[in-house]
Amino acid sequence: MVERSPVLNMLCHAILIAGALTVCIPLYFAFVAGSLTVAEVQKVPLPWLPGSQFFDNLQLAWSKGNFSRTFANSVIVALGITAGKIAVSLLSAFAITYFRFRYRMLAFWLIFMSLMLPIEVRIVPTFEAVANAALPLQWLLDTLHVADLWRWISGHEVAIALEWNMVNTYPGLILPLIASATATFLFRQFFLTIPEELCEAARLDGASPLHFFWSILLPLSVPNMVALAIILFLFGWNQYLWPLLFTTDKDMATAVIALKGLIPRSDSEPAWNIAMSGALLTMLPPVLVVLLLQRWFIKGLVDSSK
Amino acid sequence: MTLRLSIPWREPRAPVLQRRHGRGGSKAVPAAAAGTSRQSGRARPREEVGLKRANFGDGPGLPTLLLLPQLLILLFFFFIPSLRALMQSVLLSDPFGTSVQFVWFENFRSLLASSDYRQSIAVTFWFTVAQNVLTLGSALVLAFATDRIVRGRSAYRTIILLPYAIAPAIAGILWAFLFNPAVGPLAQVLHGLGIAWDPNLNPTDALILVTLAASWKHICYDYIFLVVGLLAVPVSLMEAAAVDGAGPIRRFVSIALPMLGPTIFFLTVMNFIYGFFETFAIIDAVTKGGPAGATNILVYKVFVDGFVNLDLGSSAAQSVLLMSFALICTLLQFRYFDRKVNYGV
Repeated sequence: MVERSPVLNMLCHAILIAGALTVCIPLYFAFVAGSLTVAEVQKVPLPWLPGSQFFDNLQLAWSKGNFSRTFANSVIVALGITAGKIAVSLLSAFAITYFRFRYRMLAFWLIFMSLMLPIEVRIVPTFEAVANAALPLQWLLDTLHVADLWRWISGHEVAIALEWNMVNTYPGLILPLIASATATFLFRQFFLTIPEELCEAARLDGASPLHFFWSILLPLSVPNMVALAIILFLFGWNQYLWPLLFTTDKDMATAVIALKGLIPRSDSEPAWNIAMSGALLTMLPPVLVVLLLQRWFIKGLVDSSK
Repeated sequence: MTLRLSIPWREPRAPVLQRRHGRGGSKAVPAAAAGTSRQSGRARPREEVGLKRANFGDGPGLPTLLLLPQLLILLFFFFIPSLRALMQSVLLSDPFGTSVQFVWFENFRSLLASSDYRQSIAVTFWFTVAQNVLTLGSALVLAFATDRIVRGRSAYRTIILLPYAIAPAIAGILWAFLFNPAVGPLAQVLHGLGIAWDPNLNPTDALILVTLAASWKHICYDYIFLVVGLLAVPVSLMEAAAVDGAGPIRRFVSIALPMLGPTIFFLTVMNFIYGFFETFAIIDAVTKGGPAGATNILVYKVFVDGFVNLDLGSSAAQSVLLMSFALICTLLQFRYFDRKVNYGV
């Protein structure tokens, strides 16, 4: 701050308070609605002060949303996406920055291309790919006429039908969301900033590539991994479109999808109190992560786009 | 003095990080230094982009193994689906998949001729533009205010960042409740003012509602980039301008804003990507594209046509059009990443 200007400072505080209120008002009303009875929540006007049913509603939402199961699913999916993406990205970033091999640039561009298309635009074919992950292989076999070839070689009539259905499985929920290279590029960028001397010294001392990766590169990457892990956890927990398509079985739904079932539709009882309690429950884990790990969260957010 | 932000790839978003590491510079290895760590007796290796000077030799075995998981996942869940979308977009199949016919660009032609699709384009356009203006405008004002004050800065920041943690679907549900014509407290305020607010019936109201929810969720994203960007504006510049008699607002507009130019450009592109693709959950949770298609944005239409109407050809054609849009956005983004911005002062 260069000069004193109390008026402007007051104005700035007013602006920020307005911003904070805008953030808080929906959350506050969710809390108020979540603490009322079904009858109270339908009253016009809605009370502006919380009622007494908060914990009862939480309990009801927990059981109605099957949250003990769906929360576990959300945790598994979010952690799976986080761990999977970080592991896969670390390895491939290591490969394209620390090894000289013939198709290095090809691999780089293949990975690079995946940054271009968000999953939402290839949703239907991706669904088909996961509904039957063997489909592309089948397609390949059919195109190459492997069955005919086999008949020609062995004289037996064969039909090759492959199926590998991943709907309602954890891999089906996790793997397609790992298929993007944002994290790979983050780690690539980071590896490029690591001093060359470290690798030279490690090689002089006779360290193998994997030894170097494990005892030097990995420890150095911990801050980046933590920051990225937070962003990926939020990304995984808050997924909507993918779990919506992929879980026809209620027991495989994630918390956000289960919450969707609690929203009153026009033909059902308007139990907004339960819906709002459920919303508060579902947003709690990611909100806690952001509140408790804020410094890391900001680093992660600014470092990576996802 | 020269402030040099030379930025490889995704890093310009992280001025703070660069400062901490103290090496935001481009990683092109000086030609003279290349190859010094290689064994003698071999030809000096050609300098390669993005390869460490000290690297592990030539064998393709280990790097292939390391790349395999990533490439396999990309193959199955990225390349094959994208190719299939391209193929399906030129095929016409009936909903049961019994007959498939190659129809050239018929799907695209009928798509562009359909009034539903045109309406969807218009809706998406207004939705993203309104969301962009609202988000970026609010974020700029908030970032300016945050940069001015000292006391309570981190408290404000914490609260303003909260919506990032909240799922788009939940943000949608919260706003749907606030503006629910029957029970929503803010809808009641509007009714009290004599406004006949009903997003379930009135298309404009519905569009306003999803725009508000989408912006509320996304302001924090723009905000944090702008706050970080403002921190990178050199104090000496601001002081010099102040000595010359420029007030705080003048300094913000004439110095900080131009320096934030690349960040704002990047955020605009990101806002478009967000509005086009990531708001699906808000639409589905709040309006389901209605009333009368008023909030039927393009990505939602892909979903409805593909999974509800089972019109795979049309849905794939829409996917392909969206892909081209996403491609343009990404290229714009990369243009920004690759640019080295020099501020000679």
